[in-house]
Amino acid sequence: MSTVAVHDHSVSHDHDHEHHHHDTFITKYVFSQDHKMIAKQFLITGITMAVIAMLLSILFRIQLAYPDKTFPLLTTLLGRFAPNGRLDPEFYLSLVTIHGTIMVFFVLTAGLSGTFSNLLIPLQVGARDMASPFVNMLSYWFFFGASIVMLSSFFVQKGPAGAGWTIYPPLSALPKAMKGSEMGMTLWLISMVMFIASSLMGGINYVSTVLNMRTKGMDLWKMPLTVWAFFLTAILGILSFPVLVAGVVLLIFDRSFGTSFYLSDIVMNGKLLPYSGGSPILFQHLFWFLGHPEVYIVIMPAMGISSEIIAVNARKPIFGYHAMVYSLIGISTLSFIVWGHHMFVTGMNPFLGGVFMITTLIIAVPSAVKTFNWIATIWRGNIRFTPAMLFAIGLVSFFISGGVTGIFLGNSALDIPLHDTYFVVAHFHLVMGSAAIFGMLAGVYHWFPKLFAGRLMDEKLGYFHFWVTFICAYLVFFPMHFMGLDGVPRRYYAMTEFPAFNHWLSVNTFITWAAIVAALAQVSFLYNFFSSIFFGKRATQNPWNANTLEWTAPMEHIHGNWRGDIPTVYRWPYDYSKPGHDEDFIPQTVPLSETMSSNLPHDFEDNPAGLEIYNEWAKANRPSEVK
Amino acid sequence: MMMAQIQQKEDRLSLQPKKFVMWLFVFASFMIFAALTSGFMVYAGGRGHALNVILPNIFMYSTGVLIISSVTLFLATRATKRQEVSKQRLFITLTMILGVIFFGLQIDGWRILTEMNIFFVEPNASRSFIYIFTGVHLLHIIAGLLLLTSALYTTYRSKPQSIIQFRLEIASIFWHFLDIIWIYLYVFLLLNQN
Ligand code: HEM
Ligand SMILES: [Cu+2]
Repeated sequence: MSTVAVHDHSVSHDHDHEHHHHDTFITKYVFSQDHKMIAKQFLITGITMAVIAMLLSILFRIQLAYPDKTFPLLTTLLGRFAPNGRLDPEFYLSLVTIHGTIMVFFVLTAGLSGTFSNLLIPLQVGARDMASPFVNMLSYWFFFGASIVMLSSFFVQKGPAGAGWTIYPPLSALPKAMKGSEMGMTLWLISMVMFIASSLMGGINYVSTVLNMRTKGMDLWKMPLTVWAFFLTAILGILSFPVLVAGVVLLIFDRSFGTSFYLSDIVMNGKLLPYSGGSPILFQHLFWFLGHPEVYIVIMPAMGISSEIIAVNARKPIFGYHAMVYSLIGISTLSFIVWGHHMFVTGMNPFLGGVFMITTLIIAVPSAVKTFNWIATIWRGNIRFTPAMLFAIGLVSFFISGGVTGIFLGNSALDIPLHDTYFVVAHFHLVMGSAAIFGMLAGVYHWFPKLFAGRLMDEKLGYFHFWVTFICAYLVFFPMHFMGLDGVPRRYYAMTEFPAFNHWLSVNTFITWAAIVAALAQVSFLYNFFSSIFFGKRATQNPWNANTLEWTAPMEHIHGNWRGDIPTVYRWPYDYSKPGHDEDFIPQTVPLSETMSSNLPHDFEDNPAGLEIYNEWAKANRPSEVK
Repeated sequence: MMMAQIQQKEDRLSLQPKKFVMWLFVFASFMIFAALTSGFMVYAGGRGHALNVILPNIFMYSTGVLIISSVTLFLATRATKRQEVSKQRLFITLTMILGVIFFGLQIDGWRILTEMNIFFVEPNASRSFIYIFTGVHLLHIIAGLLLLTSALYTTYRSKPQSIIQFRLEIASIFWHFLDIIWIYLYVFLLLNQN
């Protein structure tokens, strides 16, 4: 019955297809409703935002390395934000804030999920497009608008928001508190509201597509880990972003209407402000209820991408497929009950701190399951070190070295000296920043032929890009652990001016130079990316000999993804190097009846008829193995 | 005959995911209200800022109006399934009118609150929360009214029955959700009156 239905569906789309031949430039490249084009839009916008955020970080690193040198060039470039050749202290805070905001939300949330969920969900589950292509298009344009509004804050008189990416009140609630609390903060809030709308529209689409539009045979347990990861990520977003909306609504009323949700007993310029009774801690609760799931929204797609790439390039089934899915589900569930670990030093009841400490440390268990499974997959694999594979392995490395420090921070007592120091900065830049960026880059190298009609990126440049970035990332973030242990606080304009910390100046200079080298290495990526779009080597339809459905779709992009019927799926996506088969991969579309020599009894777990046929075949062909 | 069947199946296929989109949206909205009420509890619990407001009766009346509007919407859905077009239009219109009355009553509730010297901008933000709850809910009501308008509008266009039914279903999922959320908020406020 469902065959008929699926078939009818495709017929109707072929019909649609004819109409789409009249695509104009606008409907094809600008207001496109095709998930593959929207994926490219997200990717290119994401890369642009990443470059901007990276340049911002180089600017503030220069200040940290040379706190008392003047650079007339800065004044030329930044004007009033860098008078007399030195960054304005308040502008330094704005730089840190916008760097964090763009990286966490615009690059690693929208850029990452937006690109790969859009590209891979329909192609890997076998759907012609998203559940609602129109809403999908809106999702991109809201994201684009949010990016423009966020960047426009560099052009207002007082500069961009400056209260940190977590925008704690009172700094964010009192426009007069500092330069970064004025117009820039307002624009930040407007931009984030648009961003949340975009994220919700995207996420709702992804979930609905995965649950409703899988092709025949694609039951949940035959989905690649990428799709599982995107799916759970989208659920996290749907449940947590609205909470930030609630927090931001209250903040807006405090800012502009004089309510006191977050404000109390504030004296400014010697005058007592009329606010009373509010609680700034309330904002932290609302923020981190989103904020912690958000860090998993960032890392889970990268994890899914790496799982897939590691299995393909180790030519081995992913180790512990079910455990990989259950650990993702475990992480997703737990991520909603750990937010208090960001608030250990807010005067929280020590008992509550203990509860959050236990839930936090439990998250280490599913995280470790994933790590061991990646290592076990690589173990004695027939590894192909493509650039994508290297970046995926890089993710594993960063996730381990950054995750270990999470265990320290998760102890409510240890966190007292470590909170708000460079130790935290080191922790999250390794475990989230570097790991997720590496996952995203791995995905770009791996799926480039799917994004850009069958072209490949250059491998040599890819290797260069990987090694320089990998080494520099460690050189930048590893020393920060020691600074943090020594008590160096984060978000300080010139902390080495304090006698207690001035011996860290040389380390700061070293870090800055490592960061500059890392930034330069990205030029090789940008060149590789943009030139390969036009001149890249032509790939075959399935360049990595992978099993998943996207490689069965034609190389050139067509509406509806497949000509004629959508392929049917018969097996899980990880049949690599299956003993008894003549090739080292068996695509999901190959029925078990065509691979008799490699079938195993457990391939027929819920298929008694198939098992019978298999047993008969085994009796005839492999008498020695039949008991 | 065969053609019609295929047609219907296909409609079901392409509309089902869109209906699911609505359900997910409802979950997202629900989280906003869950967050706001949790915020209230953190605020009121943490600092001993009780509400100390006896809610004016008008909120009871508005609750009644909203519940009746859910009933009329249910009747509209039944009429649609039986293809009784005029009844369907009548009940959708009634639902919308009741929705507008609800809107008015809530706004009047705000007026009465200010007469009781309970303001949006005041040091005890527990009280500001009353305005936030009702205000955010009213924003949703506007969205709900728009969905109902689109459902009503479709009945005047020559659209296939499945589309008409689909639009109304989308609107009803949302409207019944708004009804339940308001009851939740109202009971929540009643329980926290002092
Ligand atoms: C073993 C698992 C982990 C544990 C136990 C853990 C624990 C913690 C703790 C306790 C803090 C607060 C430190 C402080 O501010 O004093 C923290 C900060 C942070 N963690 Fe983790 N973490 C873990 C994994 C992760 C992962 C996987 C990510 C992201 C993908 C992540 C991202 C962050 C971020 C972004 C911050 C800093 C936020 C800020 O204050 O700006 N963590 N972590
Ligand atoms: Cu956290």
